[in-house]
Amino acid sequence: MTPVLQVRGLIKHYGPSIVLDGIDLDVAEHQVITLIGASGSGKSTLLRCVDLLEDIDDGQIFLDGVDVSDPRADVAAAQRRMAIVFQAFNLFPHMTALQNITLSPRVVHRLPADEAAHRGRELLARVGLTDFADAYPDRLSGGQQQRVAIARALAVRPRLLLLDEITSALDPELVGEVLTIVTELAGGGMTILMATHEMGFAKRVSDRVCFLDGGRLLESGPPAQVLGDPLQERTRRFLARVIAAGRLS
Amino acid sequence: MPPPASGLATERRRYRRARARRSTLVALASTLVFAALVGWGLTSTPGWPRVQQTFFSPSAAWQALPQVLAGLWLNLRVLVVAEIGILVLGLVIAFLRTLRGPVFFPVRALATGYVDLFRGIPLLIALYLIGFGVPALRLQGVPTDVAVLGTVALILIYAAYVAEVFRAGIESVHPSQLAAARSLGLSHRQSLRLVVLPQAVRRVLPPLLNDFVALQKDCGLISVLGAVDAVRAAQIEVARSFNFTPYVVAGLLFVLLAIPTGRVADVLAARITRRQEAG
Repeated sequence: MTPVLQVRGLIKHYGPSIVLDGIDLDVAEHQVITLIGASGSGKSTLLRCVDLLEDIDDGQIFLDGVDVSDPRADVAAAQRRMAIVFQAFNLFPHMTALQNITLSPRVVHRLPADEAAHRGRELLARVGLTDFADAYPDRLSGGQQQRVAIARALAVRPRLLLLDEITSALDPELVGEVLTIVTELAGGGMTILMATHEMGFAKRVSDRVCFLDGGRLLESGPPAQVLGDPLQERTRRFLARVIAAGRLS
Repeated sequence: MPPPASGLATERRRYRRARARRSTLVALASTLVFAALVGWGLTSTPGWPRVQQTFFSPSAAWQALPQVLAGLWLNLRVLVVAEIGILVLGLVIAFLRTLRGPVFFPVRALATGYVDLFRGIPLLIALYLIGFGVPALRLQGVPTDVAVLGTVALILIYAAYVAEVFRAGIESVHPSQLAAARSLGLSHRQSLRLVVLPQAVRRVLPPLLNDFVALQKDCGLISVLGAVDAVRAAQIEVARSFNFTPYVVAGLLFVLLAIPTGRVADVLAARITRRQEAG
């Protein structure tokens, strides 16, 4: 079966510095693939390139076997089949939680307003925010905002869900409520590609963990192996630093 | 209900109240002294009796008031029509300047050229060119009323400024908002209309109101075309009575018009600042 996402030889520069240096990556249906690595290793850029928010300099990105990185491809159509949750939530501040969630279903997928609202409320219930439909983002905590952002991403019924360090901007006590939802989504068969610094969480939910270093995919394998007994010296050193910071639990 | 205050808190509260009372009294005294000094300085100039008679004559003011007020009514109508036109045209130009893609190059270039031209040209010259030039073309169906042509000139000039204000607002919305909208599958135009513009307009309301105050008084410039507005009416009265007081009357009326708009701008700016602090 064709994987949902195939990345082949992806190269991305920002000016003279190379951020992604030939990435090859597959995500099969129902799989959860986790990207780890130091900040600046290219995790976020890779996710943004996959979501076609950045132009790439070389290589190909296939979504369900179709090359969506081709300049002739319909970018908006490809983006409609993916959804990304950002580190800084990026909720629309002038819309309520429910309006944030129903915007794309109404405008892009042309769902009638009442049906979109009904589905939006279901999604809010799923992320535990039934009572916050009419709240504006600035009245919500970081964890609540990020849960709305997840609901907004799910509202487009994505084939592939991209999570870009979605707990990095949260206070430590709010991380759990967000990760619980992701764990449920993974258990429900959602295809996920995510970047995270939460190693314990990565170990629990991932089918495969990939270690990025300097824009290259240095090591990739089952979480127990990459996180427990890595082959590469650089992976070992990265994990040692993470453990020293108390993040491997 | 807060718990009953301790002796310490009561004593401190009393001290604060006393201090506030003292501040008010000092402010009042200093204002009175300042006003008295300015008044004394003005009235002790050698030419003051003449100035008082020719610029501040109550009877001349009372006599000119009906005509000046009638003129101000024209200014108000021009103001309302011009403001609507300015907002629409300004928004359209700002939008055109944000369009991307090679197809839109001529539109983009035209919008940029428009802003360069009408932001640079003095309002008075634009008024003359449109007010006297357009009727000279003798085109069928083109209005020749000077008030209408003056309004058109005001719209053309001010739309260039307002377009830049809107554009600054659009660019102040963080790119991550656009990224979020695009990632949800919205087109560039949908992202702009539904996500970026509503945030941009909220942010630029105070500077827009500032431009509105400037427009209020510049409406008086249509008098150079011969439209009988407040300024022109005052001029006519001055020529009749050889007394400059009607100018002062017209000036004061424009100031009275500007004060409420200025306060609204202050309140809005304060509210937006509070919102951003809360957010």
